Amino acid sequence: MSVFSTIVSQLFNGLQSGSIYALVALGYSMVYGIIMLLNFAHGDIIMVGAYIAWIMMTMLGLPPVIGIIAAIAGCTLLGVLIEKAAYSPLRKSPRLSLLITAIGISFFLENISQLIMGAGAKAMPSIISGSNFRLGTTEISFVSTVTIVVSVLSMVLLTFLVQKTKMGKGMRAVSEDMGAAQLMGISVNKTISFTFAVGSALAGIGAVLYCSAYPQASPTMGSMLGLKAFVAAVLGGIGSIPGAMIGGFAIGLLEALVSALGLSVWKDGVVFAILIVVLLVKPTGIMGRVIKEKV
Amino acid sequence: MIKGYKGIPMPVRYLINAGLFVVFLVVVSSLTDAKVISTYNNKIIMLIGINIILAVSLNLATGYLGQLPLGHAGFMAVGAYASAIFMKAVIKTLPLGLSLPLGLLIGGLVAAVFGFIIGIPALRLKGDYLAIITLGFGEIIRVILLNIDSVIGFKLTYGAAGLKSIPKTTTFLDTFICVFLVCFVIHAILKSRHGRAVLSIRENEIAAESCGINTTYYKTMAFVMSAFFAGVAGSLYAGYIGILDPTGFGFMKSIEILVMVVLGGMGSMIGSVISATVLTALPEFLREFDAYRMVVYSLLLVVVMIFKPTGLMGTYDFSLSRLLGKPWERLTSGGKSKKAGDR
Repeated sequence: MSVFSTIVSQLFNGLQSGSIYALVALGYSMVYGIIMLLNFAHGDIIMVGAYIAWIMMTMLGLPPVIGIIAAIAGCTLLGVLIEKAAYSPLRKSPRLSLLITAIGISFFLENISQLIMGAGAKAMPSIISGSNFRLGTTEISFVSTVTIVVSVLSMVLLTFLVQKTKMGKGMRAVSEDMGAAQLMGISVNKTISFTFAVGSALAGIGAVLYCSAYPQASPTMGSMLGLKAFVAAVLGGIGSIPGAMIGGFAIGLLEALVSALGLSVWKDGVVFAILIVVLLVKPTGIMGRVIKEKV
Repeated sequence: MIKGYKGIPMPVRYLINAGLFVVFLVVVSSLTDAKVISTYNNKIIMLIGINIILAVSLNLATGYLGQLPLGHAGFMAVGAYASAIFMKAVIKTLPLGLSLPLGLLIGGLVAAVFGFIIGIPALRLKGDYLAIITLGFGEIIRVILLNIDSVIGFKLTYGAAGLKSIPKTTTFLDTFICVFLVCFVIHAILKSRHGRAVLSIRENEIAAESCGINTTYYKTMAFVMSAFFAGVAGSLYAGYIGILDPTGFGFMKSIEILVMVVLGGMGSMIGSVISATVLTALPEFLREFDAYRMVVYSLLLVVVMIFKPTGLMGTYDFSLSRLLGKPWERLTSGGKSKKAGDR
């Protein structure tokens, strides 16, 4: 294989994992933007989505389309449920309590699925299938292409939702100033639930795409994915939607680069080192705004 | 202190505490020697001691400083590896009386250095970034411990195979002397002006800063101390378990320590001590329910946060002098003396 085709295929690998990170990072970013919470459970929602798809397709033998729809619907429902059950009672609590609750939820999801589904990884049947095609001399994987196209489409839709619809306007208003938004007649609770629903639906899409890339489901698959997506969100500027996309693609490409250099055991370390460097040099990330703290 | 309050004068107070502690040490060690406490139970008691140090040191950063480090196991790992490598190197040449304290100190100092390196960037930032940075740090440490051997070219941490045959030097006595020292130092610092500065940062960082408190300095100080003690606990753990494996110091472990702190009460030392004791001893006696342990832990975190966000003990702290204050006054004023409550 020529150097050029190696570069192209690594680029596609990077863009593929990057677009999954970007989808997950969007969920982190939206939730952080609206209630200033690092939703640690977000990565585990993906894991639950993967298991739902597995149950639908392997245990019940349903076609992949049903699996995909069930995974996305299940994630959406779970996200809203978590928000209602665990985060909304703490709306007025200090942020530390909220953060600890999020960690608790994340651990709960991980351990309960380990209890129910067992600790071992479940092999995923292929969800997206199609023939690979060639670009010049390089073979491009069909799954990578679908992943990249689907995530870019989801991001465009999300941008439209946030910028052009009434609900999106409400979301922006609540993240700007919750009290003032309430005075303007925006239902804060509804808006926050909606944000969680959208973020979790994106996580569901991410789950499906992740399972097509790495066809297995395990109880801890979400935690590392979630953490890296979070790094992507911070890198791009947390609270910013285009930032999350840029951050996601950057982390994906970086990982591909590190793997291509033959240092794949250091992949996780490099990602977190990036996080520390970003926080040192530009804590607001690439696209983030500086938020002034009012006394 | 309330005006006109005549409590027990300080030296006596300290003497009573130290005396009770010595009694505790003597009783438990003689019971162990007399085989009333089995070797197995003695092991559990030592583990309880190590976990108390971990919980109390994390409480310094979480409860008193109001930050949320999620990489406490990382500091513990650094300390454990540093002291284990040191102990393996010197166990034949130095007498144990010298090498053991040195090993503990080295474990603590190396962890403190890492705490400093992490704390300086992380603590300059407001908000949740410390949680994320320390979380990232914990993961980086794990990756480094697993893979460092291939980079430096000789065997140092033995990667995933684990660092084996570490001299098992930790005894019940050193563990609890360390517990005592850690609790005493943290208590003493919190009662000093430095401790009040730390507490004021927890209450309101902006207000503290506008009162002239160098918040970055005090945040770093508390954080580095917390890392130091975690390193000491790690060193004790290395000498206790005899084999170190990086996977044992993952995010899971950090969360276990956090559960102890949160459940006991953020900002309550006695809370941390009690919950570390219960949460270490209980799983040992309920082995058959081990699969449910983490599920219960995680649910506990959520439930405690929703219904009693301050933890079981809140910021209440046990004080012997408060307990003995009244009887002491009667005793010294010549009135009827009353037998005082023990700990």
